[in-house]
Amino acid sequence: MPDSTKTLPKEISPVSSVNGTDIGVLTDRTEQVWTKGSGKEFSCDKKSTAGSVTQRACAFCGSRVVLYPIADALHVVHGPIGCAVYNWDIRGSLSSGPQLHRNSFSTDLAEKEVIFGGEKKLKESLIELIQYYKPKAAFVYSTCIVGLIGDDVEAICRSVKKETGIDCLPVDSPGFKGTKKSGYQAACEAAYKLVGTASTDGISKHSINLLGEFNIAGEAWMIRRYFERIGVQVVSTITGDGRVDDLRRCHGASLNLVQCSGSMTHLSHLLEKDHGIPMKRVSFFGFEDTARALYETAEHFGDPEMMRKAEELVREEIGKYVPEIKKYKKQLKGKKAALYVGGAFKAFSLVLALRALGMKTVLAGTQTGNVEDYNQLREICDPGTVIVDDSNPLELAKFVLEKDVDLFIGGVKERPIAYKLGVAFCDHNHERKIPLAGFEGMMHFADEVAKSVLSPVWKFAPRRNRAAGSLMTNA
Amino acid sequence: MSPEITASLDNNAEANHTSKGICQDCTTAAGEPASGPLPEAATRNACKLCAPLGAAMVYKGIRGCLPFLHGSQGCATYIRRYMISHFREPVDIASSSFSEDDAIYGGARNFKVGIDNVVQQYQPEMIGVATTCLSETIGDHMIGMIKSYQDNCGPDGAPLVHVSTPAYTGTHSDGFFATILAVIKHFVKPEATEQQEKQINVLPSMMSCADLRHLRELCGLYGLDCTLLPDYEATLEGGSWDAYHRISPGGTPIDEIADMGSASATLELGHTQATAKESGGSYLEKHCGVCRHSLAWPLGIRLSDQFFTSLSQISGQKMPAVLSDERARLVDAYVDAHKYVAGKTAVVFGEPDLVIALAAFLSEIGIRPVVCATGSKIKKWEQVLASEIEGGIADVEAIAGADHARLAESARRVTPDFLIGSSKGYPIARELGIPLIRTGFPIHDRIGSQRQLVVGYRGTQQMFDRVVNTILETKQNDSGTGYSYL
Repeated sequence: MPDSTKTLPKEISPVSSVNGTDIGVLTDRTEQVWTKGSGKEFSCDKKSTAGSVTQRACAFCGSRVVLYPIADALHVVHGPIGCAVYNWDIRGSLSSGPQLHRNSFSTDLAEKEVIFGGEKKLKESLIELIQYYKPKAAFVYSTCIVGLIGDDVEAICRSVKKETGIDCLPVDSPGFKGTKKSGYQAACEAAYKLVGTASTDGISKHSINLLGEFNIAGEAWMIRRYFERIGVQVVSTITGDGRVDDLRRCHGASLNLVQCSGSMTHLSHLLEKDHGIPMKRVSFFGFEDTARALYETAEHFGDPEMMRKAEELVREEIGKYVPEIKKYKKQLKGKKAALYVGGAFKAFSLVLALRALGMKTVLAGTQTGNVEDYNQLREICDPGTVIVDDSNPLELAKFVLEKDVDLFIGGVKERPIAYKLGVAFCDHNHERKIPLAGFEGMMHFADEVAKSVLSPVWKFAPRRNRAAGSLMTNA
Repeated sequence: MSPEITASLDNNAEANHTSKGICQDCTTAAGEPASGPLPEAATRNACKLCAPLGAAMVYKGIRGCLPFLHGSQGCATYIRRYMISHFREPVDIASSSFSEDDAIYGGARNFKVGIDNVVQQYQPEMIGVATTCLSETIGDHMIGMIKSYQDNCGPDGAPLVHVSTPAYTGTHSDGFFATILAVIKHFVKPEATEQQEKQINVLPSMMSCADLRHLRELCGLYGLDCTLLPDYEATLEGGSWDAYHRISPGGTPIDEIADMGSASATLELGHTQATAKESGGSYLEKHCGVCRHSLAWPLGIRLSDQFFTSLSQISGQKMPAVLSDERARLVDAYVDAHKYVAGKTAVVFGEPDLVIALAAFLSEIGIRPVVCATGSKIKKWEQVLASEIEGGIADVEAIAGADHARLAESARRVTPDFLIGSSKGYPIARELGIPLIRTGFPIHDRIGSQRQLVVGYRGTQQMFDRVVNTILETKQNDSGTGYSYL
């Protein structure tokens, strides 16, 4: 490696310029970093190590993202301003009607309320907001402070319901309660309070709920149309283009399809326990997984006509896109990819989708995977693949360098790691505005990957092309 | 994207349903116009961020420094994502990752583990600790925790600086200035030292990387060497790397900070610091005898003149020709374009100091800043604003402690020619069908905000051109004829 000090002005000395092997893994985290074929112990599903710079967010964030797409509900964040403001209208989850969810409402607690309690302000806020916006229900998120100062959010919610007639649902999500996952659980508990409160008339026996599909860039609409084409009624897409009234009657569906397993498994367990609705874990990323989801659903309902339609749909859709995918595959063959995503199911699908493009996954990780998830991930990955749980920027950079990857798939927080090192990037997180699910989504995915991997700009990046830096060195 | 894909997206009936111009903050869940008394208790679409973000930004501007938030990990993650989306650079912020037990029994154990891990991973030259709502409310004794940590490390350990930044006492802007003060207090010995004539301190507001670079350049033109605190011009807008950097290169070196007491003057930029109870500049003046120049953002001719006058006074030099030429060209541009902007109106929002400077600038070129709003609640902000707006404030609505819903209501009432502020103003601009001139923080829907120059005559020139061209473009687009000659 050339001496990079030569290219930098004196005052910006590279105090910490490193190669991958120079970066160590924190002692507390060695069991969360694993290489396939190493035979070493692997552990996961733990709280984040302090000081590690986890890419995970907190419990509050988990609750907020899961319930965010319920578009005709009021979402009020009870706490000081920070928690509410950082998630104001940043997600790509679309609504076909109401846009109420895109606002950021907060009780914006000030010092005096932290000292004397925020109940009065919460009640006033809720009543005013409900009267003005006429929501179908209200979710009230407790943040760290509320967990500490002991506001009785449940009592306030009861009394506001009494006054306004609108269901107010406390979401017990102080940030310190755990990771995003604990927040998912709190969100499921809150949403579940609405389930079973409306009639299930008119629901077909061939009906499903889609759970953990967030309708990023209209993905849920795409998937809904697939199911409608094969004769399956979609009762509720709870977490994507969601509606309170659909949630109220979703217990009438015959099957729950859970996509983002981390976020919605709890709700589906509740539905199974109380209403006997079975669940299936599915994914709609990539041809293989999308087709499997449709086939498994048809199989579940045991209807040969439905299966025939599913086969026809898959044939037709794949037929539409295969020639294009082949072109992409030719260009992308042999490239190496790293992926770091929130949930494990997305990771599985991505490994397969990348393989379909002729690419190899050399680093795979998730924020919230559990033991079964990682077992499955290890199974589908090639030997030598590094698997990381609850990773951090330095570890990710380390393996990007060591494995010399060509593409990184992740979210906004991972993007600069890739770009700084001259590595292509594909955003697969919820801020994106491009649909990547379903058959059509696989095309967008290939296109997104190709646009970055094949870009002509990399020839200027010093890490990708030593000559790019030599002009400065010689000067 | 291939043409077929684009077509299929556009044909998506539902996608088109999210109509243009929907009023996000005044439409009911059923899609009707909301009616009845306006909600006042809750904050609707805040026009501010939280104090730890300001702290993180200052810490990012110190060489070898890693920011550390003592509280739940979500605070760090949210702030990282917000800053990364604006600057498009790595922003690593550590957290003590509180769990329920820590919230009950105190975060001392996590703090120690967290700092140990940061030292192990990042080998920082300094760790910038900021508290959060959580650690402040449980009353974690930060000073004690830091002292016991440093005592254990001995003199070779990286220094830990601490600032108190609960979100319930102020905004990101307050956090920013509080952190500058905390860093100075930590490193600068409160004693008068021999003054270096050519050495000055510059304490900027939350400006762009390009602004920080330009401030340094301007001081240089007067023969002055400046210590800029913070200096994130390189850490938050760096080059492409050929190896990874644990901590982005750049930032104010700690030894330079320690020497700030020996500077001949401090330029403190931003009106709010002049009236603050204590600030970095006032501390250096009181304890080290460094003469403090409380100045505005140098934006617009009048406010830039004040800035350059201070540089002249300190250096004993007249304005260098390169700057007087820039000023002359700027005056000439003001004249060339004055009729295009005459009588136009603007709604201005953002950080309190930026809003004052923008209002001063707009009013000096003949645009009325009819609504000026900031999310901060700062004493006497309205009075300062009034004193800086040319032509008085009688026709101006000044809103401190504003949120975007409140701002939107005023904007709908006055129907201005344009909005000027962060990308968070886009929904209102879209609804009203008027342009948004993006400046300030955050800008999440355009590239290059870190390179946007606003300060000095040069920055004013760039801002002026943007404002005039925005007005011309609107006029051109709205014209039925579509002249290509204006």
